[in-house]
Amino acid sequence: MLNIPILRWGKPYESLEVDEVVHFITGEPIAKVGQANGGLLQRDMRKASQARAALKDIPCDELIERVKKAGELYLKETLPLGDGTQSPDEFVHMQSASTGLPEHMCKANMQKNFFVLSHMDQMLDALTRGLDLNILSRGYGVEGRGVVVSYQAQAPAVGLVLPSNSPGVHTLWLPVIPMQIGLVLKPGPQEPWTPYRMTAAFTEAGIPPESISIYPGGADVGAAVLASCQRSMIFGGTPTVERYRGNPAVQAHGPGFSKILLGDDVVDDWEQYIDLMADSIYLNSGRGCINCSSIWASRHTKEIAQALAERLGPVPALPPDDPNAGLAAFTVPGVAKAVWAQIEGGLKEDGVTDMTSQYGPRLEEKERCAYLRPVIIHSQSPEPALAKAEYMFPYASVVECPQDKMLESIGPTLVCSAITEDETFQAQLTDAVHIDRLNIGPIPTIKLDWLQPHEGNIVEFLFRARAYQLPQERLALAR
Amino acid sequence: MSTLDQASTGELEAAVKRARDQLNAHAYETVQWHFHPSTGCPFWLEKAESLSFDPLKEVREFDDLKKFDLFQDEWLRGGPVRRWVPKAYADKPVYVFETGGTTGVPKSRIAIEDFRVDYSLFSSTLPDEYFPPGSNWLMLGPSGPRRLRLAVEHLAQHRGGICFCIDLDPRWVIKLIKKGWMEHLEAYKQHCIDQAITILGAGHDIRCMFTTPKLLESLALELEKRGSSIRDAGITGIFSGGTEFTPQWTRFATEEFLDGVYMTPTYGNTLMGLACSKPVTPEDNYKITYYAPQPRAVLEIVDFDDPQSVVGYGKTGRVKLTTLTKEFFVPGFLERDEGEREQPYIKYPWDGVSGVRPFHQTAEATTVGVY
Repeated sequence: MLNIPILRWGKPYESLEVDEVVHFITGEPIAKVGQANGGLLQRDMRKASQARAALKDIPCDELIERVKKAGELYLKETLPLGDGTQSPDEFVHMQSASTGLPEHMCKANMQKNFFVLSHMDQMLDALTRGLDLNILSRGYGVEGRGVVVSYQAQAPAVGLVLPSNSPGVHTLWLPVIPMQIGLVLKPGPQEPWTPYRMTAAFTEAGIPPESISIYPGGADVGAAVLASCQRSMIFGGTPTVERYRGNPAVQAHGPGFSKILLGDDVVDDWEQYIDLMADSIYLNSGRGCINCSSIWASRHTKEIAQALAERLGPVPALPPDDPNAGLAAFTVPGVAKAVWAQIEGGLKEDGVTDMTSQYGPRLEEKERCAYLRPVIIHSQSPEPALAKAEYMFPYASVVECPQDKMLESIGPTLVCSAITEDETFQAQLTDAVHIDRLNIGPIPTIKLDWLQPHEGNIVEFLFRARAYQLPQERLALAR
Repeated sequence: MSTLDQASTGELEAAVKRARDQLNAHAYETVQWHFHPSTGCPFWLEKAESLSFDPLKEVREFDDLKKFDLFQDEWLRGGPVRRWVPKAYADKPVYVFETGGTTGVPKSRIAIEDFRVDYSLFSSTLPDEYFPPGSNWLMLGPSGPRRLRLAVEHLAQHRGGICFCIDLDPRWVIKLIKKGWMEHLEAYKQHCIDQAITILGAGHDIRCMFTTPKLLESLALELEKRGSSIRDAGITGIFSGGTEFTPQWTRFATEEFLDGVYMTPTYGNTLMGLACSKPVTPEDNYKITYYAPQPRAVLEIVDFDDPQSVVGYGKTGRVKLTTLTKEFFVPGFLERDEGEREQPYIKYPWDGVSGVRPFHQTAEATTVGVY
């Protein structure tokens, strides 16, 4: 069994407290992970400026190259992990064993991370709108059109309170190091794998070890990350998002409530889009914030729900190493049961129907885990609670709602795929401030263009544009 | 030959027997006191009428206390509080101390002298080298309706010093956490720390301190920001407590900011008094083992499903408290903590408990380590 220490600015620290990560089916221990305490992190943050200083010794272009190399190492090589090593296959097996995500999905997530790392130059070019990255290093400079610009780093290191259940979220923090900002990672209890493997890959590729800290631990460590880092990201539920709303130092990522809207002009052809709708709900086990949790249309909603239920209702719970496994297990005891109880409670409301009930029980409890098989709900209106619910498995409601009422009814939406040619409706969608990522046309909610910002531009989160004036002769040197 | 910390098996066995004999005699006397109409309190005298046994006749030793049902903490919520005052003490000045109470009615316990006695006894465990007699104290922690402030103040006075106090209201802290008002929480903590630093820097010759782990961490951090340290501020000895006082936290504090300042963990509450720890050393991986102030209070580690059965040494169970003073009788109260049963130790020749942490079945609903 592996023993994985805390990393304090690259230095391993053996904690006296460890958390055992176990296989969700067999209960077999996989690793012992050292647990930090909040105070340890708080004290280390006094040295955060050294992380940025170490990174600033290496030009951004060079960091990008090293990060690309790290991507190769992360995907293909056996890397150090604690007191042992880990091959890519072992990584997949361990991640699946502790998170419940099928192995082929873990592999797919590795590919996503690799893609982001290997396209880092293009991503940063897109996110900075073509800014010379030396301007981020120096803090100011002159753009090609002769304009002085200044971007001031808002933190020497960014803190991340990461989740256990969505390995896909790691793509969000990968661009941080090439912008010469350090990383303070608090892994989810069931998913220490990606932060440690990525750090090992970064280190092997020449990223200064003192630029990254990893603090596994409990809630007090998460709180310490948010209290001690001048910029941090947290992943959680709606209450977490609400708690940090309006706090410029915290970017809170919560449920996506992503949706597909069918315009009145296309809804009669709904069958053309059934694959797109099913994929948006089901792929990656429906766990992501970009998975579709509701489909909105003014008519044919019952037929749409029926067709989706026929497609997804029979999906079985298969073992994680089965290449056909489409569902992730709930590995935390009681969670699946509680979610199902909530859905059963919601079904008591008028106007909602479980269209998947004829395809066998939805809750499947195993000895050490449980599965929830796909659930498709039909709702006659936007009012019932289940019409706007989101859960960590393939769940979606098909909501009947007039097109002219949709925008005022859908609520916050991370990804909106609006299938319509109606230009007036398109313009209204473009102006809707409660929609984050907008797809106009038949684009699955889960199809991301990595060159575009996700839930806020990370460059704008970490750097503040400001005025910077200096004499003309000095300006010339900054070109 | 033996030292205080090392004893032969024979010496330890003899000490264990003496302690047990003393406990049995003390349990008998305590029950006689609380259930005798001339001395007992109304609560127990009334309760005796519904018992299936006669405590005055059938409790001869400590184990006989198992004849009582488990003590229900609900009995301590609400009044009249006088029902807990022993008739023999009816004319004495009575304090009431509370625990809990963030929402609903807090549990209350009456006290007359117990808190002073408990802390006088605790005082004898403190090394004079680090807690110099005559030096002044800082009490940085919860006061209000809790006994802690008066108890620490008594400890300081008992050792010839004067105690400065800075209040922290844990009920408000828990509300802030539940509401998610983390900025307010941070500001409130800072408000307490600022006051502590002001007092420490005001020339009062403060050497000793009670505080909680969280506040101690914050105090150390803030002092260091200002170019000072716990040691530089003049502190030589600290006692602290709480379930977040883990071996890892102790190591962290020792290695990172105490700089040779002595710190001793304690485990206590309004019902029990103060359990002391066996010396905590790096060689023993900073293991913390607490021993109750027997015979005034007894800690047993009992089976989760059968609270009348003590678990084997080294095994995990729930902490069960029995308090046996003339002021207060609590037979078999299940604490909200669990831990491992530990062997007697020559200085405290009775069972101890290590690894104290929130009871796993209620841990998720409990907010601990808030202050």
